[in-house]
Amino acid sequence: MKKKLNLSKAAPWLSAIGLFVLWELIVRIFNIPPYVLPTPSESIIVGWQFHEAIWMHAVHTLYTTLAGFAIAVVFGVVLGALVGSSRAIYDAANPLLVGFNSVPKVALVPVLVMWFGIGTVPAIITAFLISFFPIVVNVATGLATLEPELRDVLRSLGATRRDILVKVGFPRAMPYFFASLKVAITLAFVGSVISETVASNVGVGYLMLSASSKFNMPLVFAGLLVIAVMGIAMYEIFNVIERRSTKWANRGNQNI
Amino acid sequence: MTAVSKSFVELNNVRLRYSEGDELALETTNMKIDKGEFIAVVGPSGCGKSSLLKLVSGLMPPSEGNVIVDNKEVSGPLKIVGMAFQNPTLLPWRTTLDNVLLPMEIVKPHRNRLRKHRAEYEERARKLLASVGLQGHEDKYPWELSGGMQQRASLCRSLIHEPDLLMLDEPFGALDAFTREELWDILQNLWMVRPFTVILVTHDLREAAYLADTIYVMSKRPGKILVARENTLPRPRDQETTFTQPFTDLVHELRSHIRDVRES
Repeated sequence: MKKKLNLSKAAPWLSAIGLFVLWELIVRIFNIPPYVLPTPSESIIVGWQFHEAIWMHAVHTLYTTLAGFAIAVVFGVVLGALVGSSRAIYDAANPLLVGFNSVPKVALVPVLVMWFGIGTVPAIITAFLISFFPIVVNVATGLATLEPELRDVLRSLGATRRDILVKVGFPRAMPYFFASLKVAITLAFVGSVISETVASNVGVGYLMLSASSKFNMPLVFAGLLVIAVMGIAMYEIFNVIERRSTKWANRGNQNI
Repeated sequence: MTAVSKSFVELNNVRLRYSEGDELALETTNMKIDKGEFIAVVGPSGCGKSSLLKLVSGLMPPSEGNVIVDNKEVSGPLKIVGMAFQNPTLLPWRTTLDNVLLPMEIVKPHRNRLRKHRAEYEERARKLLASVGLQGHEDKYPWELSGGMQQRASLCRSLIHEPDLLMLDEPFGALDAFTREELWDILQNLWMVRPFTVILVTHDLREAAYLADTIYVMSKRPGKILVARENTLPRPRDQETTFTQPFTDLVHELRSHIRDVRES
């Protein structure tokens, strides 16, 4: 039992190390030049050489991402509550939301730059635009899938729409909400880095762009690794929050 | 027939279509239920038994005719009805006790008193839970309870605010035979202690014969009441009752009505 537990704890590390080893071997065996694909060891070494610059840019990207994400959470919850609690609003908003979500956000960055100039603001907005959709959809789904019998029980007690929303709708939507946060935070990184790459002079996206213009591929890959690590860290944080706050929804998975 | 009636629930020439132009779901129906009467509605599935509950509780308006409860015509959801379904629909994030207290957070005047008099209400809920054999399980979550225990808790939730009208839609349908019969006794006891008007929808004829004062047999769709059979078996009824001749005769009679319905 104890051994099994250790193995499942070690599994993510083993798979990550395995990937790096495989990557390293492929590059060495096929003699791939570093300006095409650098080895992971080289990327990490270069990343360490530039760690002060990377740290500065990474903190900036993290800050931008979280700001956009925070706006997305507020906006997503409000819009999700509206869409999920009224059929009419759902019908009205759904095609707009789907249409909007289908627009590649990278195409919006030039527009945002025209409005707000180069820098942090378009990156925050891009992070927000790309990450609010899953929150809206999940909150709305959680609210809209209330069992009809339960609704009848409450209505025949004289419950108002608001009562039903507060007593049953929101608690019931919590697992959906937290699940969407995990998706949204990783998307927010995509948004902020895209915007930094196109129009910024600070952030990991900018760092990678300037490194690639100098053919410093190991530094580009170091940037990619930093983004991945930040994404995993934030995902895990929301994973823990989710499991703590909605224990009742995960009752079947206790031994996994 | 006098203009003023003493019936608690009355259906007058009620017809129901789910939407305009649809065929009838419920054919002209008349019903009178006394205060404190326990009635059962039996019939083939899809005959509109559940619609009958929704009509009486005001969750669905009749297409024609009217429904009168407590001398007032029903025009929207009644605000005092207790309901329980085959699916216990307990809230998984609440303990059993908090689930039972849910109606108190909604029904007036309790919702305004609950915060201040929490202890008093909890005591009341604990007493009710104990009366259905759930003492010691108050702080468990619904998913820690068996199906029968969940259904007991659901029954408590439907009764905690002491409604005058209780609607039961096949509440014991998903339970095993032993648990089901145990719950018949529990329900009968609760009802005998404080008589409330009960409308029980079921497809179990023995259940109807065990619990009800009057049994209505409905036809297949469009639903229509074919027979209203009074059940004068003495109370309290118990396991022994179910082996007596009058009980089995009654069940046989109901069965033959249902057979006629299905063959017609």
